[in-house]
Amino acid sequence: MLARTLMIFSALLIVSACSSTDDQTSMDAQGSMASDSTMTADGPLADIYAQDVNGATPGTQADLTANIGDRVFFGYDRYDLTPEARTLLEGQANWLNQYSNLNVTIEGHADERGTREYNLALSERRANSVKNYLIALGVDPRRLNTIGYGKERPAVVGASEGSWAQNRRAVTTVQ
Amino acid sequence: MIKNIVLLAFLFLILPLSARAEIRIDLTRGVVEPLPIAISPFYGDDPSLGSLGRDMVGVIASNLENSGLFKPINASAFVQGPDSIAADGVRFSEWRATGTQALVTGTATKAADGRTRVEFHLWDVLSEKQLVGTAYTTTPENWRRIAHIISDEIYKRLTGEEGYFDSRIVYVSETGPPQRRVKRLAIMDQDGQNHKYLTDGRDLVLTPRFSPTEQKITYMSFGNRGPRVYLYDISTGRHELLGDFPGMTFAPRFSPDGRKVIMSQATNGNTDIYELDLASKRKTRITDNSAIDTAPSYSPDGRQIVFESDRGGSQQLYTMNSSGGNVQRITFGKGRYANPVWSPRGDLIAFTRMYQGKFYIGVIRPDGSGERLITNAYHVEGPTWSPNGRVLSYFKERAVGAGGTQREAKIYTIDITGYNERWLRTPRDGSDPAWSPINP
Repeated sequence: MLARTLMIFSALLIVSACSSTDDQTSMDAQGSMASDSTMTADGPLADIYAQDVNGATPGTQADLTANIGDRVFFGYDRYDLTPEARTLLEGQANWLNQYSNLNVTIEGHADERGTREYNLALSERRANSVKNYLIALGVDPRRLNTIGYGKERPAVVGASEGSWAQNRRAVTTVQ
Repeated sequence: MIKNIVLLAFLFLILPLSARAEIRIDLTRGVVEPLPIAISPFYGDDPSLGSLGRDMVGVIASNLENSGLFKPINASAFVQGPDSIAADGVRFSEWRATGTQALVTGTATKAADGRTRVEFHLWDVLSEKQLVGTAYTTTPENWRRIAHIISDEIYKRLTGEEGYFDSRIVYVSETGPPQRRVKRLAIMDQDGQNHKYLTDGRDLVLTPRFSPTEQKITYMSFGNRGPRVYLYDISTGRHELLGDFPGMTFAPRFSPDGRKVIMSQATNGNTDIYELDLASKRKTRITDNSAIDTAPSYSPDGRQIVFESDRGGSQQLYTMNSSGGNVQRITFGKGRYANPVWSPRGDLIAFTRMYQGKFYIGVIRPDGSGERLITNAYHVEGPTWSPNGRVLSYFKERAVGAGGTQREAKIYTIDITGYNERWLRTPRDGSDPAWSPINP
């Protein structure tokens, strides 16, 4: 993705160089461009219009993460949704309704200050809190899977409330 | 101990040999002073058997010392070598003079059929009596196993309780950063030897448990079929998905007869306890409650189940009969209680407790009385019982590395008195230990 964006971006630079430099340079530039078969007048430019070079491709995980937010956080030993979580999930529901061909898995997680079995159960509860709210907002339940990872996959590792809070989460991942 | 020696010396003066009290470690007392024991290298018929005899004695000495109940005497204090013992017998008066009360001698010889014959004797030095004498004929590769069996015989004769040295531990071997921790099932002898990996680390695995009757292990794995409980056959290496459950299954344990596995199933945000009959694959729901009910463990008679539940608002321990009736809460202390495990003797339940930012391992009677905390740490979790119910194993996790961003997990053992905590060395980090029954 990044490589492709860079290629398109450099192509743009070359095109603009062609239009703004004097004839001699322009001819040299066109000479080198002639060897690149993709650099026809409207081929790559049409491609550029379909891409957002400043962000993620719409309808992808990167888009969800950057523009909507892929995760919500929970209190210690809690699985109820905070007002902030509800707001974010309303955005996720709109996004999911916009890209109705996508299925997602909601991954529940817990911090390391609980025991293994309980955390598996708690993380499954968290994933289901998110799932149920998305369903209430009109997302088809068949598009939503859940999994509980317990404390096995922390996002941040540290021995303070700051890191634990970031691990008590449910992450929506595009399948 | 000094008191004991003085007492025994006194008895020696006033009593005829036959009436003297036998040496014995009294485990009914809280803390036991380790009994000094001399373990003479076993006499070997030839150099290779002599080397085998020395190796066996090393294993026996380390087993007995690790139990915390024995103190092997340094070989430099021995008054007779194995050759002299084999030729002349034990010169008891000389051993007595060194303060030795218990002496182990033995021989390793070639049997008529070409196999190895190992014979050992446990002597009461004061009464000059043999307490145990047994011979084993086996192939030389089995020397370690024989050393564990001999250790168990010595332990049983001197403590009056069954030993636990001829047993194994299955656990989860851990490598890599916490965000992408690689976890593999591994198995080893209880002293850490004969280490072997059972899975390749591709799938995240948790909470292995030994079958009480067969060479099988039940565990939980995040395989490509989602988080589920599996059965692993040690002899065939085969993994089998257990049961047809919607949602996740986890926290498995065998019933005492080995015919059933009890586990948790989580569906739609609710975790309950189910029992699966291994032969018929029929599943029975045991709890039906909107709370988290998990970490079930049977009593050794199979009649009761202890489990954890947050039905009262926070994680606490409960008992119920094996069909789910007569639920009784047994913990009322501050903080939270988790992963209870019934002792194979039936008298105690071990658990993890969390209170004010610390984790504890403790024991409590099945009726909820006599709670006793045994060890604590920043993070300690997941107790498992030695087959004789005398030793607990568990794992501890601590923050290491720059900024505490890595985790170190190690397995420990401890006597139920709370003394003699020891690190059980594993090749990589280790967690979720589960003790086997005595090897078949």
